[in-house]
Amino acid sequence: MHYLFEPGLLGSGPVRTALLVGAVVAITSGIIGVFTVLRGQSFAGHSLADVATTGGSGAFLVGLNQFWGFLVVGVAAAALMEAIGVQRRRGRDVATGVVLGAALGAAALFLYLGTLKTATTGASFTVLFGSIFVISPDTVPALVASGAVALLTIAVLTRMLLLTSISPDLARARGVNVRLVGIAYLAALAVSVSLAAVAIGAVLSTALLIGPSATALRITKSPARAMAAAALTGLAATWLGIVLAYDSYYWPPYGHGWPVSFFVVVLVLLGYLLSYARRPRRERPRSPHEGAECSPA
Amino acid sequence: MAVKPVDQADLLRLEDVSVRLGGREVFSDVTFSLGRGEFTGIIGPNGAGKTTLLRVILGLLEPSGGRVLIDGEPLHGKHHGRHRAGMGYVPQKLVIDPDMPLRARDVVSLGLDGHRLGFGFPSRKRRELVDAALADVGADGYADARVGELSGGEQQRVLIAHALISRPSLLLLDEPLANLDLGSEQEIVAVLSKLAREHEISVLLSAHDMNPLLAVMDTIVYVANGRVATGSTDEVVTSEGLTRLYGHHVDVVRVHNRVLVVAGE
Repeated sequence: MHYLFEPGLLGSGPVRTALLVGAVVAITSGIIGVFTVLRGQSFAGHSLADVATTGGSGAFLVGLNQFWGFLVVGVAAAALMEAIGVQRRRGRDVATGVVLGAALGAAALFLYLGTLKTATTGASFTVLFGSIFVISPDTVPALVASGAVALLTIAVLTRMLLLTSISPDLARARGVNVRLVGIAYLAALAVSVSLAAVAIGAVLSTALLIGPSATALRITKSPARAMAAAALTGLAATWLGIVLAYDSYYWPPYGHGWPVSFFVVVLVLLGYLLSYARRPRRERPRSPHEGAECSPA
Repeated sequence: MAVKPVDQADLLRLEDVSVRLGGREVFSDVTFSLGRGEFTGIIGPNGAGKTTLLRVILGLLEPSGGRVLIDGEPLHGKHHGRHRAGMGYVPQKLVIDPDMPLRARDVVSLGLDGHRLGFGFPSRKRRELVDAALADVGADGYADARVGELSGGEQQRVLIAHALISRPSLLLLDEPLANLDLGSEQEIVAVLSKLAREHEISVLLSAHDMNPLLAVMDTIVYVANGRVATGSTDEVVTSEGLTRLYGHHVDVVRVHNRVLVVAGE
């Protein structure tokens, strides 16, 4: 007989680290994800994840912690994207697709070479699909600090980001440096993608960025509540995913836990599907006498 | 084509303003002024440069020649920030996604301090200001609805409240009547005209059709062919005046209190 909370769950060092890092990742991704969806930059998030894969695998090849690879290459890619304006033009997706393909190709090479060198086949899996149970405790402070810096950036820029998401021109007319705000936001996004890449893998990091925030945007009406709901949804999916992955050690094939990333992504999807049950889209009739029908409060 | 005489009390004055965009001259020598509490329409065909003109006044675009004066002081330059505070702006064709987690009151609240760092904590004072601005435009009935789910006319009211809450002396609106049905069009014009009269706010609004505005416009700024003509509607909108402006023959026809501008042969 097994339980959801298997005995010894919280006694395990790796699990405690996973829960802590998972919380940082989920909260950062959820809150930043709200702005990613608001700004229509999900594609930028995905591109950053692809490029960060190259960084993570490069770091693995030279024997560094993957987080630094994700982070350095992710932030550099964000700066480059801002410089050439990739994230704003969907029409450039052909060029972007080619570049991203090349980035993943480089990742394939780095992972292959790295595997030859160290003879550890698990590394490719770790870079691509995450490794939240094998995070070295030494990197935890850096992960927490990065998440805090990204969140602080977003907190400072919240109002400007919201104003810009209504209309960049409106923000410009109020004296907001829309470009600078955009750069700072992209940098925070790159940090958040790197954190998510450590936890659930570079390939799946977008799920934690977009999924909880998309769910939150369906069930909440105000910006503050959307951020809170996204953070909590992401946190629930991540923690429950960690617990289930721990339990799955006793599932077939016995003695080998299932990947955390699998559970997190499935739970995120479940949350999103549930949000459709919660708030049916309200269709407002477009009558010529709008004043008459009001106050949905 | 009478140009209003220079008045010291003018809130806004453009003097010989020229604008070049990508090497092309969009305007040359645009001169007009706007008094306090006046309702002015920038009228002209699509593509005539109405938005460009508004962007120059907003300080988003540097004119290549001439100057823009607010309260007698040049706009472009070091006093920029202060003048910005005195202007409210409603941009053109805003499409707000229904999934945006922004209530009408959030949008209006951002009009108060959306350009500031940090996040604004809710307070009773803020709530009162937001409620008052929403009431001023008759949008208090849907203060807590998501803006993206409101109709075009309702969104327009919310955006006007957003522009209004910082108590500007000049309200600039870019095609606020576009894509509105007849009922909402009249309601928005009534709201704006009330703001101009009762709050002494100068309203400068662009439109491709002057007819909804004929009853309320104090001044018309007619834009065509890189030039403008200003004055009262009767002075500006004549066959001779517009023919001179367009540079080719134009007929102005008046039917049932409506004015039609028809290109001649």
